[in-house]
Amino acid sequence: MNDQAFLKVERMSVGYGSTTVLDNLDLAIHKGEFVALLGSSGCGKTTLLRTIAGFSKPFNGSIHVANRDVTQMPPDKRGMALVFQSYALWPHMTVAQNIGYGLKLQKRSKDVIDARVNEMQNLLGLGGLGARKPAQLSGGQRQRVALGRALAIDPEILLLDEPLSNLDARIRLTVRHEIRSLQKRLGITAIHVTHDREEAMVMADRIVIMNAGRIEQQGTPEEVYNKPASPFVAAFMGAENLLSMQARVNGDQIELAEGAFNPSTVTARSGRSLASGPVQLRFRAEAARLAGSRDTASAEPGSLELRGQIASVSYPGGHWRHAVRLGTDEILVDADTAFAEGETVKVRIPAQSLFIFNAPQGSAAAPAH
Amino acid sequence: MMARIDLWWLPRALVLGLLAFVIFGPLTNLLLWTVAEKWYFPHMLPLEYGFSFWQRVFSPRGNAMESLMTSIIVAVLTVILALALAVPAGYALSRLKLPFRSLILLAFLIPQAFPNLPVYVNIARFFYQIGLNGTILGVVLVHVTHGLVYAVWIATAAFSSVDIDLEEAARSIGAGPLRAFRDITLPLAAPGLLASAIFVFLESLDEFTGSYFVGAPDVNTLPLLLYTAGSGGNYQIASITALLLLIPSIGFMLVVERFLRADVLSKVGH
Repeated sequence: MNDQAFLKVERMSVGYGSTTVLDNLDLAIHKGEFVALLGSSGCGKTTLLRTIAGFSKPFNGSIHVANRDVTQMPPDKRGMALVFQSYALWPHMTVAQNIGYGLKLQKRSKDVIDARVNEMQNLLGLGGLGARKPAQLSGGQRQRVALGRALAIDPEILLLDEPLSNLDARIRLTVRHEIRSLQKRLGITAIHVTHDREEAMVMADRIVIMNAGRIEQQGTPEEVYNKPASPFVAAFMGAENLLSMQARVNGDQIELAEGAFNPSTVTARSGRSLASGPVQLRFRAEAARLAGSRDTASAEPGSLELRGQIASVSYPGGHWRHAVRLGTDEILVDADTAFAEGETVKVRIPAQSLFIFNAPQGSAAAPAH
Repeated sequence: MMARIDLWWLPRALVLGLLAFVIFGPLTNLLLWTVAEKWYFPHMLPLEYGFSFWQRVFSPRGNAMESLMTSIIVAVLTVILALALAVPAGYALSRLKLPFRSLILLAFLIPQAFPNLPVYVNIARFFYQIGLNGTILGVVLVHVTHGLVYAVWIATAAFSSVDIDLEEAARSIGAGPLRAFRDITLPLAAPGLLASAIFVFLESLDEFTGSYFVGAPDVNTLPLLLYTAGSGGNYQIASITALLLLIPSIGFMLVVERFLRADVLSKVGH
């Protein structure tokens, strides 16, 4: 792997008793990078974080931080700080004592601790709350105390275990940006565990999507959103419309066979590794365009055109969402104007928004989140 | 309507009165005995009141004060020894996986499952062989075996109510395992541990059978004195001694009630 990596996880397997949660996992993170571990619950993302933090011991494999082997080190010797989902603030200590505890452990002088605690409180908008106990704080304030406690010791790596999941939806949106800008400003390396796709997208430099103890794909938010590498990633990133077709790969081109609802279509292969045979097509509701059946505007080259009937219309806000029936399948398509129920429509999906994968053996499609 | 309610008050008042008598009757009797100078059958109330027996109990020659001191020394040593065992045991048990834990907790109940008498007779025989009979340490050891079940059960519950996240949060920002225990887990479990200490203290103060077989006549605790006085027909001395025993019990019950919170209690035995 990359020798420049600051945190390097190599061929690591982790589990409890006889169950293996993570199997042979590799991950490299650069200094100053903000990485989001994204996946649904039970995918192993929290286990990965806890193993990096030192609270779970791997069966085998290694963890290096700045070329130092920390695999067997206890959590307190790793120079990391973990922010817990529950915040885990100490109820018998004040806000200032909570934030200053890590420095007290480092045997810093009282003046240094006081100055640092003050700095943290100001940085996080906790000014004047130093003497309060955690029970007297709001959820958002507790979250910031937990963050301040972790940041006060100037950790080499900041680990965040779903720190926003216990906050109100509205506060969550602002805290996302606060954490992100703080991380940028301080230049800390951060690993953030979340099951919220949007949260990962807006906060992270790189998203690592996990499924069943493996890394499905990693890349920038734009990459994983626009070039999902597997049906699971496509579904997880919101491409929930699913169609099955037959495809024939011909050099740089893919020919989708004519079906009951679509004419034969040729689209660019664009570097996809795909074999001829049954395929899954996935696309997002907002990526497809809806047109009336008499619309004669010719489709862009490479885009797929489907013909179906509007089954239902709803307005989730901003645009109209149509359920379009194609035989027994139903797909969701957004449009700026509403079409009538029962109307026959054309659905056009541009080539770059069409995600094509070989149908998995044994068929059962990856579950949508 | 009113008449019916009034009628119903009669049996209710009777039952309540009877209940009050059952609970407070013996206590009143005990209190009366402490201030009775002269009281014999068939009189309902003492014939003469006075404090001369109090003088006898608290006089330098009376051995009540000495017994009280012995009792308190034994109880304090019992608490120290029981907690020294229960704190590490309770902590380990609280962090163990469940099926195992119930089994071990149950094992601590085994000494309570047998009739006290044969157990203590055997302990006394064994202690006699190794020279522990009639020593403070011997009595303390017997009290510890008796009090350990409370100490361990309550300590386990107290530690279980401290979320492991709180400990891990300390570990993650640089505290070693002992430091995290000292700074985080122990202070948060302290109310429960205090309650456990008080239970052990009270159990030790009241314990009779073990003290009798292992301690008497060299180690004379308050319950032994009470027994001697009571069986000698000296009800005044016995009652005053009983009152002395009652004071710490009531005081500590109030403290326990204040410190043993519901979230700790709900975890006892789990």
